[in-house]
Amino acid sequence: MPYWEPILDIVANVKSSKTSALELVQKALSNIEKYKEYNSVITTLESSALGRAEQIDKDIEEHKDPGLLAGVPFLAKDNFLVLGAETTAGSNMLRGFIPPYQATAINKLEAAGAICVGKTNLDAFAHGGSTENSDFGVTLNPIDKTRVSGGSSGGSAAAVALGIVPFALGTDTGGSIRQPSAFCGVVGYKPTYGLVSRSGVVAMGSSLDSIGPIGTRSDDLALVLDVISGRDELDATTIEKNPLGYLGLNSVIKGQRIGVVKEFLGNGVAPDIRKAVDSVLDLLKDKGAQIDEVSLPSTSLALVCYYIICPAEVSSNLSRYDGQRYGYSSNADDLEHSYLNSRAGGFGKEAKRRIMIGNFVLSSGYYDAYYKKAQTVRTKIINEFNQAFMNFDFLVGPVTPITAFKIGSKIDDPVSMYLADEMTVSANLVGIPSVSVPIGVDTDKLPIGFQIMAPQNKDRELLGMVKAMQEEIDVS
Amino acid sequence: MNSDYIPTIGIECHVQLKTQTKLFSGSNNDARLAEPNTLVNHIDFGLPGSLPVFNRQALNLAVQAALALKTRPQLSSTFDRKHYFYPDLPMGYQITQYDQPIIIGGKVEFLLNGNIKTVKITRAHLESDAGKSTHPEGQNYSLVDLNRAGTPLLEIVSEPDMHSPEEAKAYVKELYLLMRYAGVSECDLFQGNMRFDVNVSVSKTDELGTRSETKNLNSFRSVEKAVAYEIKRQIEVLESGNKIIQETRGWNDAKQKTISQRKKEDANDYRYMPDPDLPPLLIDDDFIDKIEKEMPPTPDYWRNLLKSLGLGPEISEPLIEANADYPEAGYLDLLISFSEQNRDLKMLANWIINTDIPLQKNGLVKIQERLVLYSETNQLILDGKLSSTNAKQLLADILVSTDQHNNAQEYAEKNSLLQQSDISMLSTTVEKVIANNEKAVNEYRSGEIKVLGFLIGQVMAESKGTANPSMVKDLLVNKLK
Repeated sequence: MPYWEPILDIVANVKSSKTSALELVQKALSNIEKYKEYNSVITTLESSALGRAEQIDKDIEEHKDPGLLAGVPFLAKDNFLVLGAETTAGSNMLRGFIPPYQATAINKLEAAGAICVGKTNLDAFAHGGSTENSDFGVTLNPIDKTRVSGGSSGGSAAAVALGIVPFALGTDTGGSIRQPSAFCGVVGYKPTYGLVSRSGVVAMGSSLDSIGPIGTRSDDLALVLDVISGRDELDATTIEKNPLGYLGLNSVIKGQRIGVVKEFLGNGVAPDIRKAVDSVLDLLKDKGAQIDEVSLPSTSLALVCYYIICPAEVSSNLSRYDGQRYGYSSNADDLEHSYLNSRAGGFGKEAKRRIMIGNFVLSSGYYDAYYKKAQTVRTKIINEFNQAFMNFDFLVGPVTPITAFKIGSKIDDPVSMYLADEMTVSANLVGIPSVSVPIGVDTDKLPIGFQIMAPQNKDRELLGMVKAMQEEIDVS
Repeated sequence: MNSDYIPTIGIECHVQLKTQTKLFSGSNNDARLAEPNTLVNHIDFGLPGSLPVFNRQALNLAVQAALALKTRPQLSSTFDRKHYFYPDLPMGYQITQYDQPIIIGGKVEFLLNGNIKTVKITRAHLESDAGKSTHPEGQNYSLVDLNRAGTPLLEIVSEPDMHSPEEAKAYVKELYLLMRYAGVSECDLFQGNMRFDVNVSVSKTDELGTRSETKNLNSFRSVEKAVAYEIKRQIEVLESGNKIIQETRGWNDAKQKTISQRKKEDANDYRYMPDPDLPPLLIDDDFIDKIEKEMPPTPDYWRNLLKSLGLGPEISEPLIEANADYPEAGYLDLLISFSEQNRDLKMLANWIINTDIPLQKNGLVKIQERLVLYSETNQLILDGKLSSTNAKQLLADILVSTDQHNNAQEYAEKNSLLQQSDISMLSTTVEKVIANNEKAVNEYRSGEIKVLGFLIGQVMAESKGTANPSMVKDLLVNKLK
């Protein structure tokens, strides 16, 4: 499974006609075929991808600017709407749904010359951490086929780890980019909330959803982020990108103030992960970083807080899937049963579980005790992070307490599945950028991810830190 | 009926804002002439991944509405989701302002039976409308039109400050005028641009009784009738020893009664939550001040102005109302022009109220430019060339004429409506009448002065109504000396 060359090199080769967009797309398509058994890709866009590749090659022949990502093939998680391509969000509810418009992120990538070659597997509606909730089957871990690839962006992380494409798009609501990236040994980037438009991406928890790239190198991720980020009039929560953009990163370790989150290194963390984190911290210290421990006591409430706010938003966002206009629709004798049967038949177990939790915490009489209290806790967590960032440039810890687990080992125990998110949800609640960087393997040769979080809008600095780590220390 | 009961009435009014596009999407907001489901984009249809984008024009109109309600809008307001399932609600929730509305407080003042009545406003909030469902009689399907889905509404909630059907009617009428003059809404009641929900209760004590809510009334008259019906019904229920049930009712116009629709226990739990897709609406005082400076004149402005021009409420009210109903007619602008030209305002007001408005109401008026017509007609009267009776006929004829170039004088000439003021011609007619009415002439000369009226009438008849009556009178008196 060799990784692709750096994206800048790929684009340079396309532009100088050393290679063609068509060859790159053909390579990606044959990779998809080759690694079919892993089930990372659930829809292949062969004809549209080949057509776009030919167009880009023609543009280059005619000396038209083919864009920053000319000819680069990529995959999108199947909750990104792509014009004319089946978009299911991994759920039977949307099986066969062909969207009449597409995500802003896809528009921007296409405008830059990138080519979407397919859609990747995910837990249905992005609910889960293993792709076992997908109605299209589980995605196998590229390192160990008996294990999960993580989730919910498990298909995207596995596809990048398998070397199918140079990068893939994922969504991260509570860790869904970072956790599978950690499980598959690739770099997963969750930007500042609002930096990438959510328009055209199937919503999960709207105040938490972030869109980001999964790849293998900081420069590749920065390049993609540079293309997809920025204010979008179709998403009122978007923000302006850094005026400097995200190219030409500063990579310095010396002098960086790094806070190790004490609560993320408790007893639940697997010893191999603890060891890997400690050795990376030593290496960073050797390179001149200032390492200190920091306590964020409210993070112990983050998971509980998340599993109130997120299902509340999920229950609301899934209301539109009612069998009346598109998607799964069940015959019934009256309107009420048309709703009941369509939603009962279209949604899987996990979606139903979250809808029930969400409706409960939002119902009158329980709103104040659950939803409102969770919002108060969220504010407390935000304040605690802001406080910590006054003393530190970055906050670090593991991405997950464990490495990739066996397929089927947690599927009947939703709580233990939720616990796998305990170190990632805080970044979503706070809205800060966070990245998963591979830092080695455990005794089973399973990848371990290192999490680095930065203050809001410090995406450029965070990517620079990843670059510094990749360049200056041998993390794998 | 037991008159010890005091009715208490509060009214919620949905005003459709006249924005170009919908509240959260770029679709055209004017559904009047559109085929069903043609003004619908991915947001209105509730497609996966679609997000609401707030229309700033609705904010301007809400600020104008606040000022019309004699209050200032809130500097920060937020949007919430109100959940329920219905096929005309594509997202499964309505976006509304539940927690922090754009308007808190305000009042509506109006004159009723010579007294000023004040109704306080509790709040007003922005929200998006649902689509329209129709259920064809005898069919096993329903139809949904999403053209209206996402249309911006301002829901204005009054305090329970009204105590009679007349007050309720006067309130909604004044609210209509306020919104119309502020330019907030087209306020076309027939198109459902304003819809009223009336909350009515009756009680013999200071403690309010259980209320009913009658929803979706679309005329001032139906508000008055529904309130009157509810008061009567509730008193009858209580007098027969039963209790009022808190419920939602509907108005059946054909039967002229309210009908129970939904009991309180069946009400939805709307599971309100802040809408995470929409940041708070933030405005500042400069923004409000700027809009205030550009606000069009209010109904009260016109009342005061017309009063200063000598026109009391019996004349100003119908004019102000007609000007709201038919802004294209420009009645108040006509009055201002007349006043600037020092012309007879009462005469003009009389023409507008008695001739123009009835024709306008029936959709018969064809001409667009009224000022020239009214000025010329007024001048013909001042010049003694036209009688007031013939003036009315002339106006009625020209107003409905498709010929936009009709000139009052030419039209009067062509149709023999001009007054005969030529002494020599009038003398001939008068002499003819004297010669033909020997008996009356003798009676007059013997002192029966009142016969003069008969003789004037004869001259008028002889001239087919065109003779100038005061000249005829003078001529007769002279010649009969």
